[in-house]
Amino acid sequence: MYQTNYHRASSLEEAAKLFKKGDDAKFVSGGQTLIPTMKQRLAAPTDLIDLRHIKGMSGIKVSGKKVAIGAATTHYDVSTNGKLAAVCPALAALASHIGDPAVRHMGTIGGSIANNDPAADYPAAMLALGATIVTNKREIEADKFFKGMFETALKDGEIITAVAFAAPTRAAYVKYPNPASRYAMCGVFVADHGKGDIRVAVTGAGNDGVFRHRAMEKALAGNFSADAIASIATSADDMLSDIHGDAAYRAHLVNVMARRAVAQAG
Amino acid sequence: MGMEGIGARVLRKEDQRFITGKGHYTDDFKMAGMHYAAFVRSPHAHAKIGKINKSAAEKMPGVVAVLDGKQLTGDGIGNLICGWMIHSKDGSPMNMGAWSALATEFVRYVGDGVAVVIADSPDNARTGAEAVEVDYKVLPHVTEAVVAMGSGAPQLHPEAKNNIIYDWEIGDKEAAEKAIAGSAHVTEMEIINNRLVPNPMEPRAALASYDSAQDHFTLYTTSQNPHVARLVLSAFYQVAPEHKLRVIAPDVGGGFGSKIYIYPEEIVCLWASKKTGVPVKWTSDRTEAFLADAHGRDHVTKARMGFDKDGRITGFSVDTVANLGAYMSLFSSSVPTYLYATLLSGQYNITNIHCNVRTVYTNTAPVDAYRGAGRPEATYLVERMMETAAREMGMDRAELRRKNFVTEFPHQTPVIMCYDAGDYGATLDAALKASDWAGFEKRKAAAARKGKLRGIGLSCYIEACGIAPSAAVGSLGAGVGLWESAEVRVNPVGTIEILTGSHSHGQGHETTFAQLVSERFGLPTDNVQIVHGDTDKVQFGMGTYGSRSGAVGMSAITKALDKVEAKAKKIAAHLLEADAGDIVIENGEVKVAGTDKKLGWHEVCLAAYTGHNLPAGMEPGLKEGAFYDPTNFTFPAGAYVCEVEVDPDTGKTEVVQFVAADDFGTIINPMIVEGQVHGGITQGIGQAMLEGAIYDGNGQLVTASYMDYCMPRADDVPSYQVSHHVTECPGNPLGMKGCGEAGAIGSPPALINAITDAIGNNNLTMPATPARVWAALNGK
Repeated sequence: MYQTNYHRASSLEEAAKLFKKGDDAKFVSGGQTLIPTMKQRLAAPTDLIDLRHIKGMSGIKVSGKKVAIGAATTHYDVSTNGKLAAVCPALAALASHIGDPAVRHMGTIGGSIANNDPAADYPAAMLALGATIVTNKREIEADKFFKGMFETALKDGEIITAVAFAAPTRAAYVKYPNPASRYAMCGVFVADHGKGDIRVAVTGAGNDGVFRHRAMEKALAGNFSADAIASIATSADDMLSDIHGDAAYRAHLVNVMARRAVAQAG
Repeated sequence: MGMEGIGARVLRKEDQRFITGKGHYTDDFKMAGMHYAAFVRSPHAHAKIGKINKSAAEKMPGVVAVLDGKQLTGDGIGNLICGWMIHSKDGSPMNMGAWSALATEFVRYVGDGVAVVIADSPDNARTGAEAVEVDYKVLPHVTEAVVAMGSGAPQLHPEAKNNIIYDWEIGDKEAAEKAIAGSAHVTEMEIINNRLVPNPMEPRAALASYDSAQDHFTLYTTSQNPHVARLVLSAFYQVAPEHKLRVIAPDVGGGFGSKIYIYPEEIVCLWASKKTGVPVKWTSDRTEAFLADAHGRDHVTKARMGFDKDGRITGFSVDTVANLGAYMSLFSSSVPTYLYATLLSGQYNITNIHCNVRTVYTNTAPVDAYRGAGRPEATYLVERMMETAAREMGMDRAELRRKNFVTEFPHQTPVIMCYDAGDYGATLDAALKASDWAGFEKRKAAAARKGKLRGIGLSCYIEACGIAPSAAVGSLGAGVGLWESAEVRVNPVGTIEILTGSHSHGQGHETTFAQLVSERFGLPTDNVQIVHGDTDKVQFGMGTYGSRSGAVGMSAITKALDKVEAKAKKIAAHLLEADAGDIVIENGEVKVAGTDKKLGWHEVCLAAYTGHNLPAGMEPGLKEGAFYDPTNFTFPAGAYVCEVEVDPDTGKTEVVQFVAADDFGTIINPMIVEGQVHGGITQGIGQAMLEGAIYDGNGQLVTASYMDYCMPRADDVPSYQVSHHVTECPGNPLGMKGCGEAGAIGSPPALINAITDAIGNNNLTMPATPARVWAALNGK
C-alpha cells in the first residue's frame, strides 16, 4: 500500500471539506473493496475520509412499511435487525450472504451502493425495492442512480447518507455464487409492491451492471408465479462472459434464479 | 504396542504451536540490518529485454541496490538446472534452454524476474521496483503445448527446436499396436489434465545473510529439502561452496511439491546479500505465488485401450504432450516420464503398453511436481478409460476392473514397475460395500424425484511412492540418489533426539517419528525431539516429497534405532551379567528375560555416557546413524467411490458421498493418515471441479488470485468415509507404503466418472465447473 492520510470525519460538512482539500481524496466506509485494492497498489488515494463516525450515518429505522437505513450501517446489522426482518426479510437475508463474517462486520450498505460493483448484491435490492438513495445534496431514485459498471449518479464529493424504501408485500433474492469469489454470478431480486407493481432486478450477469428485467416484471404482474416467467429468455448479448461462465450460461441463470426468487417470495 | 507406539492415534505434537500462532516460519526471522528484496517481473509473456534504466529507482527512498541479470551472470552465478536427464527415443539428450535467475536477454513468461531492488522496507523495495524502467520488445508468444510444437509457433529457446524438450517413449509400440488392432473393442479418448497452482498456505520466502568475517552464508528458506537446496546452490549455481553455506528450512506451511525446487529468488537473495553487505529477505505475496511458483499437471493425451471379447485388456497406447512452461524446473523432466508412464498399467494385468511423451516449452510458469506428480495424470487417464470402456461395452464397471486386476505378486509390468504387494480386490470390495454401490439405483430414483441427477463413479488407483532406489533412479537419469539418513542421539538422561533428513511441512513428523521410539523402547513421545531442516544439524538428507518420509525416512530411523538398541542391550547385559540375547527393552525398562533383573532405560543411557563400566573395548556414548536406500518403490493402492448430485438447472455438482478404501501398508498414526487422505481427496476434488490455471490470449495469467482461482472450501466437500486395508510392503522394515498423495491421485477420476454418469455425457473436461457441466448436459 502506498502511504495515505487517514481522516475520521465527524460531520458531513467536515467530510466534504476534507474531500476538497485532498489532492486525490476518497471516501471510505467499511473499506472492503477499497482497502484490498489499495493493498494491491491498484488505488492510491492521497487522503481517505472515513464516513462511518458521522452522527446519524448508521442505524435502521422502520416505521410501518417505511424503511430507512443509514449509509454506514454494516451488512451484519442489516442482516440481524429484527424490525427490518419483520417487514423486509429478503433484504436481511441478502445481507447475511454478503462475503464472510469479517466482511459483513465491516462492509456497509452505502459503500456497496456507491461502488456499484457489477457483482454486488445490494444494487439489485435497491432497484427492485424502488429505493431512494439519499445523499448530502439530494435524493436519487434507484432507477436513476445505477449507471453501469462501477458508475453511479453520484457527483464528485457527493456522499450517500441513507437509503429509503417502502417494504414490498413480498420479495426474495436468490443468487448463484461465482465458485471462486462467491460474488454473484447472477443474483435476482424480485419484489412485489402490490397492485401489479412488480420489480425484478438482476446483478452479476449483465455486461453493463445491475438492470431491471422488464419482460419478467410484465409477466409477473399478471401472474406472480415461476411458471409465468419460465419461457422468458434473456439475451446473451447483454451478458458478461468470463472463465466462470459464458454469456449463454449467465443468460440461462437469470431465468433460473428469477424463478427461484419468485417461488421463494411465495 | 505402547500407548504411543505404532498404530496409536497420538495427537500432533506440533499443532499446539501452529494453531496458536507460535510457529516460526521463514518470514518470522529477523536479522540486524535486514533489508528487503522486491523483484521487477516481466508484464509480457515473451519479449526481448532492451535497456534497463535503474537511475530513478536508485534514487528512491531506502533503496540500497538495483541489480539485474547481467550483473548476476557477470558475478559467475550459474544457470538454473533440471536435475533429471531424459533422453529422447532417438538417443539424444533433452534440449534444455538456459535459465538465469534474473533474465538477461529475453523474458519468457509473465512473472519472469528481470531485476531486483533491495531497500530498507518491503514497501520501499516495491516502490523502487516500480520505478525500474525496462524497455521490452514484445515478441509473439504461445501458452499451449500442442500449439507450441506446431509449425510457425514462436520459438522460446534456441536449444529446443519446435519448443520440444524431448520426445521420449516407453514400452513396445509394435506389440501394443498389434494387440489393439486385434481387439474386440477399442476405447479411444482425448484427455486433458488441467494445469494447477499449488497454493501452499505459506507463500515462499527467503532470508539470506553473508558473514564476511567467516566468508559464510546462511539461508532461511521455505524448502521441503534444505540439503538438496544447499547442494544445488553450491554445485551448480556457484553461490557458495557447500561448507560455507548453511540452509535452514524452519517451520514450513505446506509445500505440495512446490517447495522442492530451488527458485531464482533464493539464489538472488544469497547473491544480493553478499553484494550489498546486508541480510536480504524476500517474501512472496500471493500474486507472485500464482505467477512464479512451479505449477502442476498440464497434459494433453490421446489414448487407445483394446479389450478382448471377455473384457480383458489387450493393449494400451498413449500419446502425451506435457507443458513444462518457460524453463525446466528442477525435477520437471521426470514427472511426465518416470513418475507418469510407469504407472500406466494401473492395478491391471496389461501385457502390452506403449507411451510416447513429448514435453514442450511455452510462455507460462515452469511446471514441476505437484502432489502426486505424474501419478494423478496416469490414474486419471487409466480410470477414465476403464470407466468409459465399461460403459461402451455395456459391462459392469467394477467387474471390468476386477477381471483385469493383478492378483499375483510380485508382478512385473511392461513399464518398469514391479508391484510387490497388494490386494486390489479387497479395497474394491470395501469401497463398494461402504458406498452401498448396490443400492445406488434407489438413491438415483430418490434424487430424480427432487429434480437432481445422481451419478456414481469409481476409481481404482495405484501409485509409486517411497522414492526411490538410488541405483535404479540413477540409471534412469536422476542426478541424485534418493536414500534417506537418520541419526539417533540418546542423551545421558535417556531422552532422545532424532535427526532426520526428512522435512516436515505439515506431515506431522514430530509426532509419528517419535512414535517409532515409543514403540521401540516404551518411552513417552514427549521424551523425543525431532530435529530436521537445518544443514548445520543434520548431516545430509534428501527431504520430503513423493510420500517418501514414512517408507524411506522412517526406515533410516529404524535402522539407526536397531543400532542403538543393540548397543544398549550390550551395555545392559554387561551391567546385569547376562547375555545380550536375553535382554528385552519395554516400558522404559531394560530387563533380563525371565528374571526380575532390570535397569531403567535412563540408567543404561547414563552408563553409556559415564563410561565407568562398559564392556571391554566399547566406545562410550549412545548415538548411531544410518542411511537407508530403498530396494524398490512402494505401491499404495486403493479404490474410491464418489457419488454426486447435479442440479440440471445450474450445472452445480454436489459431492454427496465419497468413500476411500486405501492400502498404505503399515500405519503409524491412523489419525494423521486419515488427515492426509482427507486433504488429498479435497485437493483432488479441487482439481476435478474447481481449480484451473488459465492464461489468456495475451499470455496473462487470468487466475492470479482467489477471486478467480477456485480453491476447495469446506462446503465443497462431503464428510469422507475412509478405511484402511493393509498388505504390508515387503520392501522396507516397517512395511510402509506412504499415504501423502493417494487422495489427490485417486479422487479426480472417481468424481468425473460420477458426474459424467449423472449427466449421461462423457465429454467433460476438468475442472467440471457448473458452467461446463451445464453445457455438457445441454449438449453444448
